[in-house]
Amino acid sequence: MSGYFILAILALAFVVTFQIAKASEYVSVLKGEEKTFKQNNRINAFLFIAFLVLGLIGAWWCNSMYYGKTLLAQPAASDHGEKIDFMLMLTIAVTGVVFLLTQILLFWFAYKYQYTEKRKAYFFAHDNKLELLWTVVPAIFLTVLVGFGMFYWFKITGDSPKDSQIVEITGKQFNWMIRYPGKDKVLGRKNYRLTDASNGNALGVDWEDGASHDDIEATEMHLVVNKPVHLVINAQDVIHDVGLVHFRLKMDAVPGIPTTLWFTPKYTTTEMKKITGNKDFVYEISCDQMCGSGHYSMRGVIVVETQEEYDAWMASKKPQYVTVQESANPVASTSDSTTVTKVAEVNKPIAKLN
Amino acid sequence: MSSETILHGHTAGEAVHTHDDHAEHGHHHEESFLTKYIFCQDHKMIAKQFLITGIIWAIIGGLFSVLFRLQLGYPDMSFPVLEDIFGRWAKGGRISNEFYYALVTMHGTILVFFVLTAGLSGTFANLLIPLQIGARDMASGFLNMLSYWFFFLASVVMFASLFIQTGPAAGGWTIYPPLSALGQASEGSKLGMDFWLISMALFIVSSLLGGLNYISTILNLRTKGMSMTRMPLTMWAIFFTAVLGVLSFPVLLSGAVLLLFDRNLGTSFYLSEIVVKGEILPNEGGSAILFQHLFWFLGHPEVYIILLPAMGMVSEIMSVNSRKPIFGYLAMVGSLFAITILAFLVWAHHMFVTGLNPFLGAFFVLLTLLIAVPSAIKVFNWLTTLWRGNIRLTPAMLFAIGFVSLFISGGLTGIFLGNSTLDIHLHDTYFVVAHFHIVMGVASFFGMFAGVYHWFPKMYSRYLNNTMAYIHFWVTLVGAYLIFWPMHYQGLAGLPRRYTDFSNWQSFNQFAGMNRFISTVAMIVFAVQLLFVFNFFYSIFKGRKVKSQNPWGSNTLEWTTPITPGHGNWPGEIPEVHRWAYDYGKDGREFIPQVEPVGADESKH
Repeated sequence: MSGYFILAILALAFVVTFQIAKASEYVSVLKGEEKTFKQNNRINAFLFIAFLVLGLIGAWWCNSMYYGKTLLAQPAASDHGEKIDFMLMLTIAVTGVVFLLTQILLFWFAYKYQYTEKRKAYFFAHDNKLELLWTVVPAIFLTVLVGFGMFYWFKITGDSPKDSQIVEITGKQFNWMIRYPGKDKVLGRKNYRLTDASNGNALGVDWEDGASHDDIEATEMHLVVNKPVHLVINAQDVIHDVGLVHFRLKMDAVPGIPTTLWFTPKYTTTEMKKITGNKDFVYEISCDQMCGSGHYSMRGVIVVETQEEYDAWMASKKPQYVTVQESANPVASTSDSTTVTKVAEVNKPIAKLN
Repeated sequence: MSSETILHGHTAGEAVHTHDDHAEHGHHHEESFLTKYIFCQDHKMIAKQFLITGIIWAIIGGLFSVLFRLQLGYPDMSFPVLEDIFGRWAKGGRISNEFYYALVTMHGTILVFFVLTAGLSGTFANLLIPLQIGARDMASGFLNMLSYWFFFLASVVMFASLFIQTGPAAGGWTIYPPLSALGQASEGSKLGMDFWLISMALFIVSSLLGGLNYISTILNLRTKGMSMTRMPLTMWAIFFTAVLGVLSFPVLLSGAVLLLFDRNLGTSFYLSEIVVKGEILPNEGGSAILFQHLFWFLGHPEVYIILLPAMGMVSEIMSVNSRKPIFGYLAMVGSLFAITILAFLVWAHHMFVTGLNPFLGAFFVLLTLLIAVPSAIKVFNWLTTLWRGNIRLTPAMLFAIGFVSLFISGGLTGIFLGNSTLDIHLHDTYFVVAHFHIVMGVASFFGMFAGVYHWFPKMYSRYLNNTMAYIHFWVTLVGAYLIFWPMHYQGLAGLPRRYTDFSNWQSFNQFAGMNRFISTVAMIVFAVQLLFVFNFFYSIFKGRKVKSQNPWGSNTLEWTTPITPGHGNWPGEIPEVHRWAYDYGKDGREFIPQVEPVGADESKH
């Protein structure tokens, strides 16, 4: 009912606006075209200046209202993130100056040089010096931005440190699956044709590969603070994206083409609760690439903790291979999990970040 | 300039004319309704066909955005009226997830392709090319007609896809496979996706027919004296747009055809090692990333296909209404050229986080940020054109100035996103949404509106209503900033695009108030666009009549035609051109039309 009411009001507003518009056309005819033209010109020129002033005030107000709700107000939670934040501030500074300069000139000129009978437009077709100036100056600023950008880009996308902890994350509609390589620090080989979620092999791990026998699967990602982590990123069905806002990072998960990403978390979850003043703070993994109707709900959680906490958590976990064996054959011994003999090279990341 | 020309003169009482008699029209041959309005080969009528089809699509596409903004702004409310209209797509008066993604996808597809490509280029290339270069019609009127009718067919197929049971395509306007290739993965990837691909194939045919025609017309049919460097900037912009389209659209066609094969013929161009909903697919060896390369090889030039005509029209309108030559004509042409070349070399900046080789990424950063240089040249040249002008703030001029403001705002955020280091953080967040809506969405619309207000008198021999035009401009400009400025803050908070609901997220749930505000403004802005549409159709029939051949005091050739030009444009000989299009305020004269021979004592510039 209220819907129709709103529509009725809207229709009425239309009719009123139209009548006013129509009437003003007659009035302009009666008053004289020239007079109306000049009047409209003055009003619109004034509105440009008003728009500029109110717009700048509005931008200031918007910033004071929302700055605290963005990530600008909290430190990046990874070393890469700090570089990205610096780059962001630098870019905001450079573009901010250009923005103010050009917008103020634009609206000021529109106001200042509004039509009057007295003024003759100044015939000014070109000026090589001026044009050279605004070719070279932007080019210099851009070179600086590109320079900083590339320096950090290669740092962020470069090789991960040797002692990085390897964690595999696999996206599927609409959740994330996590796998740790276990004591041998090697992820067992996978073959997507072996995927069988109902029998405990949702990831399609090839149990023939001994390296898989100590692999640990989880639904939550646990990381050690200040220890580099090397993510191996996969997708099973469609393209997803591992979005890590607090670390300022993201990387697509592409079916058939593993990708990688590495970073060093700087604060534990507990520390971040203090920093952000939010007692419910959690590191969240968001899916940042449209992946179907549940895209918006594809959420994962990362817990960053101290080495001791991490070790305790890891100790509570049982290798997936063992779980599978136990459920398939409840009396069988779990000795298989210790027969880690070979090192699987097969599942080495194919694409480096990037 | 006489006051009549400033004021698009007419006298009291004449504003209320009921009917325009079209009898004076058509000096060539007798025309039936069918050949005049349907299978018409007159470029001016084809332009109107493109424009009106584009307007209808814009209403649909805009309405879709209002619907999904309802969901984003008022996630807890239910609107029973939606269920009355959309049935199971909006059960309980709430937009379902599938429906939301279908709306987002169709909003993007419709506005990018059907409105801002066909509606913008199709309209103004057709209307202006023959009129501004001095030709009777396009090089091939028949191909031109086919171009519209292929567009119409594409429109019919796309429109039909809205009504099929599983809904239209819903994988985002970029339709990345495997999501778009697998019906199991999404409702929208069933029949709707085939419709989308077929429609786009037809659309590409239309665009190629049009583009080839524009290029050959501009190169071959210029009137005597109209050298390339005497052409108005609109012509240059449309020329480069057509070149971009002709060279890049076929790549999208190939991408779409391969996707159709993957969907229907069991090939594996884009598919490899997929387990979807527990089903193990046999496809191996394809690359989902290949599609992204093919898509963005068109997709990036596409944003310039949208933007360049707007830039051209803005340059022209700004010069005419500042009563001053465009500053740095050759630099303007050069920067258009630079943008055209660079547009082909930056596509992978959409793919920085797909696993692209970082070394390769570095080149794309460099080339992307290089585009900022010609863009900066254009902005400063526009500013200098305004400087010391004598500015008439006609509705077209207002939109042209608004265009520059939006182009600056949206262009600068491009410097953030083109830098791969920042893109890692900002990719696929609302920062991107804000960026491209301002710079290619709203800015191009402003260019289009400027064009419509400026050339409406040439199209229909009547004026649009000024008061409605002013309301339209101010609400749209203010609204555009109110909608998209705050969105940057959502982006800086990392909010991902294409989420129907943020309430379950600890990191993203702090913007409920802002979302409600943005949605409310979006609805108001949409309502005001309807006011424009009303003004448009009302004025076609009842607007004030144009009394002066050259109402804006403009130099270009279209204003040397009769007020209502027939098929063939000029009743007698095609006029000869003696100078460039921008002799405004020269030697103390208000304006000197291109057809006027250069005087012996005229100063050089």
